[in-house]
Amino acid sequence: MSDIFDILLSINFWNAALRISTPLIFGVIGALVCERAGVLNLGIEGIFTAGAMAGWMAVWLGAGLWGGVLVAALAGAFFGLIHAILTVPLGLSQHVSGIGVTLFATALSYFTYRTALPDVSSPPRIEAFKAIDVPGLSDLPIVGPILFQQTPMTILALVIVAVTAFVLYRTPLGLAIRAVGDNPSAVESQGLSVYGLRIGAVVVGSSLMALGGAFLTMSAFDAFFFGMVNGRGWICIALTVFASWKPGKALIGALLFGAFDAFQVRLQTEIGTIIPGQIFLMLPYILSIAALVLVARKADYPRALLVPYFRGQR
Amino acid sequence: MIRFEPREPASLKRLILIPTIAAVTALILASIPIAAAGLSVFEAYWLMATGAFGSLFTFTEMLTRATPLILTGLAAALAFRAKLWNIGAEGQLYAGALAAVAVGSGWIDAPTYVLLPIVVFSGALAGGLVMLGPTLLKTRLGVDEVVTTLLLNFIIILFVQMMLEGPMKDPMGMGWPQSEPMLDAAALPKLLPRMRIHAGLIIALISALGIYILLKRTVWGFEIRAVGENANAARHAGVPVTGTFIKVGLLSGALAGLAGVGEVAGLKGYLTADLSPGFGYSGIVVAMLAGLSPIGVIFAALFIASIFVGADSMSRATGVSNYLADLIVAMSLICVLISGIFLRFKVRFIGRKSVEGAGK
Repeated sequence: MSDIFDILLSINFWNAALRISTPLIFGVIGALVCERAGVLNLGIEGIFTAGAMAGWMAVWLGAGLWGGVLVAALAGAFFGLIHAILTVPLGLSQHVSGIGVTLFATALSYFTYRTALPDVSSPPRIEAFKAIDVPGLSDLPIVGPILFQQTPMTILALVIVAVTAFVLYRTPLGLAIRAVGDNPSAVESQGLSVYGLRIGAVVVGSSLMALGGAFLTMSAFDAFFFGMVNGRGWICIALTVFASWKPGKALIGALLFGAFDAFQVRLQTEIGTIIPGQIFLMLPYILSIAALVLVARKADYPRALLVPYFRGQR
Repeated sequence: MIRFEPREPASLKRLILIPTIAAVTALILASIPIAAAGLSVFEAYWLMATGAFGSLFTFTEMLTRATPLILTGLAAALAFRAKLWNIGAEGQLYAGALAAVAVGSGWIDAPTYVLLPIVVFSGALAGGLVMLGPTLLKTRLGVDEVVTTLLLNFIIILFVQMMLEGPMKDPMGMGWPQSEPMLDAAALPKLLPRMRIHAGLIIALISALGIYILLKRTVWGFEIRAVGENANAARHAGVPVTGTFIKVGLLSGALAGLAGVGEVAGLKGYLTADLSPGFGYSGIVVAMLAGLSPIGVIFAALFIASIFVGADSMSRATGVSNYLADLIVAMSLICVLISGIFLRFKVRFIGRKSVEGAGK
């Protein structure tokens, strides 16, 4: 029992928890931005893969780490635009279109990777982001080593949460985005473009999702592997519901998830092989379903989520 | 300004024309990545065509590949008809395969005419039960079934890995995580000597016909369509909506489970954790290409199967990655979604003024 407390009290553990939750923070904020505008984006799993591949490949080709981040975001925006065109002006099923984007983005990423690197036995590595000390802040007791001895992408994720919360709740643009997900005809009667707002939100949200993927290949690891996203995108969709579509709660949800994941890895080494490893690997998915069940009754879906809007139609 | 006007029920001609146009468009678009990979487009397609249709052997290989795709396609088509978004056919397929191997690899010893039906039924039951969970969560608690079925795919595949490394591991498997081989009495018979094509294809074709009759000719089929079009209106009209969802969920999962049965009892003979190269997800593409029509699913599955088998053959000959097949399949889905608009709506290009008039 004391072992468990030792784990939970160690700074090292919480630093790992924040690191592990970083891709989820990007993903859940991205999904939240799309859904707040009324569009479910099930392309997320493929967009993660595309961001992971595109970002990594850009760095591998010599674009520099921040160049890679930019390329990943653009790749996300590209697939987001496809999903947005299919679901917003064309009003197609958001479920099927999202699955289509996931299949397309995944297949295109794998095909591109294999075509660029036809016969490599082990995936080539890049010089990935390293943990940095934020001057002045990393020396703070407890909080310093947890929050400010991270890779720049983790700090970027935290900044994006704050920016998203600010834009959504403190700016006219945010009001319009929230309104377009609740009552699009009211937005149009204000003379704003429902299509423009929704397409914009999906494109921006998808870029954020792609950054989650890029974190995997450029910060957590330094290479691209097939199947490395491994359901993280779907977990983000579940976390968005769990977070009631609020950025602050989304951050907490992702952190809880990261903490749980970091905890189970440490627990696994403590317990050893009494319990099969697959049980531990199943836990994130089971936890996501449990989180959905927990909030199902009171989930406050954006009212126009999944509902296509056609101009001039009441 | 574009305006969509609903069409009358689509004619058979358009039902066939639209997915054909989508498939051809996807093939044309795929020439971009083929050219980018440095291959002549015509050579690539020629290799793909001969790879799928060039000989009796390749043709039977294509039919063998189509077998699970027909079943997962039906699973998606039936569920989507009721707007039950079962994206979990991949997991249900593994559950079916696991159950088939569990009862068919020595646990029960019986002659073929007893054992084979038990194996087939267990696989279908396992797939159905896996889908029952998300369906009940949807009808009882309002939990979105898309995410639960997607997440279950990962849970089930991990469960299969756990069983294959633990209780169900073949002691004679040289340490590989694979199940014991199925008994000869539990195997689906081969349809042709020296070919891999097996009786799973017959099961798939009968299932397609069965689902067609169910949807077209029975009260229950009418209820499924009513729930899919408008669940609230159906409820007011006295259709048992919850019961319909549960029945659709069970049947959809069972169809995907049958796909798993075919792969282990007809093709592989034992279970490994890489049994399916994404048949569950491809089934969604099959269903959409078919316009959710059970008979259409057969033809869509044949198309997708020839892409996969053809691309494998092309890849072996040229070294171009066979992820090209996944790319064509994904693009077919997106193309059929877009062209579906022309199926359901008349697309009119009109001035902005007349729209404003119509809105009032």
